[in-house]
Amino acid sequence: MVFFLNVLIAGLLAGLMYALVAIGFVLIYKASGVFNFAQGSMVLFSALTFVTLNEQGVPFWLAFLITSAILVVGAVIIEWLVLRPLVNRSPDTLFMATLGLSFVINGLAQLILGTDVHELDLGIEDVPLNLFGLQLSQFDLFTSAVAIVLVVGLALLFGKTRVGISLRAVADDTLAAQSIGIRLPRIWRIVWSVSGVVALIAGLLWGDRQGVQFSLSLVVLKAMPVLIIGGFSSIPGAILAGLLVGATENLGDIYIGPLVHGSVSTWLAYILATGFLLVRPNGLFGEPAIQRV
Amino acid sequence: MSAIIQAEARLSGSATKGFAVVNRRRVIILVALIFVYVVVPLIGNDYWLSSLIIPTIVMGLAGIGLNLLMGYAGLISLGSAAFMSIGAFSSYNLLLRVPFLPLPVVLALAGLIAAVAGVLFGLPSLRIKGFYLSAPTLGAQFFFDWLFTNYHWFSNNSISLTISAPRLVFLGHDLSSTTGRYLLVAVTTGLLLWFARAIVNSRIGRDWMAIRDMETAAAVAGIAIGQRKLLAYAVSSFICGIAGALWVFGYLQTGDANTFNLDKSFQVLFIVLIGGAASLYGNFLGAAFIVLTPIVLEILVPTFDLTNYIDEGALANIQPIIFGAIIIFLLIREPDGLASLVARIGRRLSVWPLRK
Repeated sequence: MVFFLNVLIAGLLAGLMYALVAIGFVLIYKASGVFNFAQGSMVLFSALTFVTLNEQGVPFWLAFLITSAILVVGAVIIEWLVLRPLVNRSPDTLFMATLGLSFVINGLAQLILGTDVHELDLGIEDVPLNLFGLQLSQFDLFTSAVAIVLVVGLALLFGKTRVGISLRAVADDTLAAQSIGIRLPRIWRIVWSVSGVVALIAGLLWGDRQGVQFSLSLVVLKAMPVLIIGGFSSIPGAILAGLLVGATENLGDIYIGPLVHGSVSTWLAYILATGFLLVRPNGLFGEPAIQRV
Repeated sequence: MSAIIQAEARLSGSATKGFAVVNRRRVIILVALIFVYVVVPLIGNDYWLSSLIIPTIVMGLAGIGLNLLMGYAGLISLGSAAFMSIGAFSSYNLLLRVPFLPLPVVLALAGLIAAVAGVLFGLPSLRIKGFYLSAPTLGAQFFFDWLFTNYHWFSNNSISLTISAPRLVFLGHDLSSTTGRYLLVAVTTGLLLWFARAIVNSRIGRDWMAIRDMETAAAVAGIAIGQRKLLAYAVSSFICGIAGALWVFGYLQTGDANTFNLDKSFQVLFIVLIGGAASLYGNFLGAAFIVLTPIVLEILVPTFDLTNYIDEGALANIQPIIFGAIIIFLLIREPDGLASLVARIGRRLSVWPLRK
């Protein structure tokens, strides 16, 4: 039983890492209805930039600020070159455009910053803590704390600030929001910047875990089932679904894996997500879309 | 298409002109057939056939498979390579374990097996649409990758987990030579292209396009949405499956689960986006682009004396940048892809120099 609980908790905490990435997607989806496939490459790009700066001797916080500034510039460029020309096109077209964008960002990141694997140490010791007989990783606990701070911060940003409220207006009814004077390009720039910073935070935590390298951009594939289960437009949904996916993957690997020759975590989450879609096509907390002729 | 031309001819009030147009089309098709099946095998050298033409044709075929699903029926798939791998592994096992089956039957059966898998992973499309469909199709991608890697029966317990063509014989002719493989690939693709064209121009194709353009309206108009969607998955996977078999047996001559990884799926997707959604021959333009770009880049770098600045690794990173940028550019400026660009240039040239 203790073993089961340990596996479960390790899975739940790993799931929070997925949720961290998923939050970046939710932000962009809420404001523009775009499923941003490039979020994974933004994680890679931001982590690579940060590590390169840090290795040049730039202190942590300065490197964080410089990287964030670069991400803001990137958001402005993306809005200008990709999103604005594609305004009012179908969500599928925008999805494909972000797919192209992810290839461009991945290529640029590695072309400029190199393909080496970088070590990243955030200075959090990964020692297991013993709590009521359960093994808890200190690093995982730190990740959960970051996730909670992030969710609370974003909730305040969305609920209390003027920018956040206009953001929700855009998500609710783009045309009505524009007609009362909310400038869409500005909102998009802000949202892409914020999700860039979220990508940076996710990139740092993931980078500490597995080194900063190309495989970081593949977290997009881990976040996809999380998003689908949670619903694309809900941050609490992303967290909950992250927990669910993490736990299922870990339990599946430990208990189903040995029966079927090895790790099942590459596809189990997708099957779970597909099953979820069949029961709840809009995810746990997603808003149902109304079909009109 | 020919129906439209005939209708146009009728509108212009000249039946003979209509026949002339149709005859001209027939001549064009005949010339193309002679070129593809007689001239190319005669003049094409080994390098051109095996490194450029065969992969372009096979990837174009895979593009047709995905295009039927995405361009015509409007269903997104990020897992085309999964169905290609099913076709490849099925045909390998059929050739190996049921040796008396002739090659065409093996290819057709492999396609059918892929079609069954396609229908299975297409079932969620009855409830969901748009980019939500990337979940089940990515699921297929990862699941079959895992299946063919972890269950060694599929690769006949070979240590390297690779499959290779045991024999390529048709009516007593050995097809293992470059020309033989080219003919196998070209004839199969020609037949499937004809099949895809027939289906697109039939009621089924029109139903697909109605569903793509507005599903609710199509349902109101009495189209059996679910059945048509599953049919789209079946036909698409059938063609992708055969393309996968041809990719291993006709092009690489060996392959494993990793041959059909996520990158391959993206390549097929890019072929559809670059060539043009809802265009059949555009897939070959897209495939040529995907196959030729890396080769052209490798030639360009030494030609312009850039070897000091751009090494192998940099080249590997420039490729995705070019593909991504081209896709964004095409989505913005030319949403119907190279096919519509070529058609427009053709129209301009036909009236040149009288009008620009």
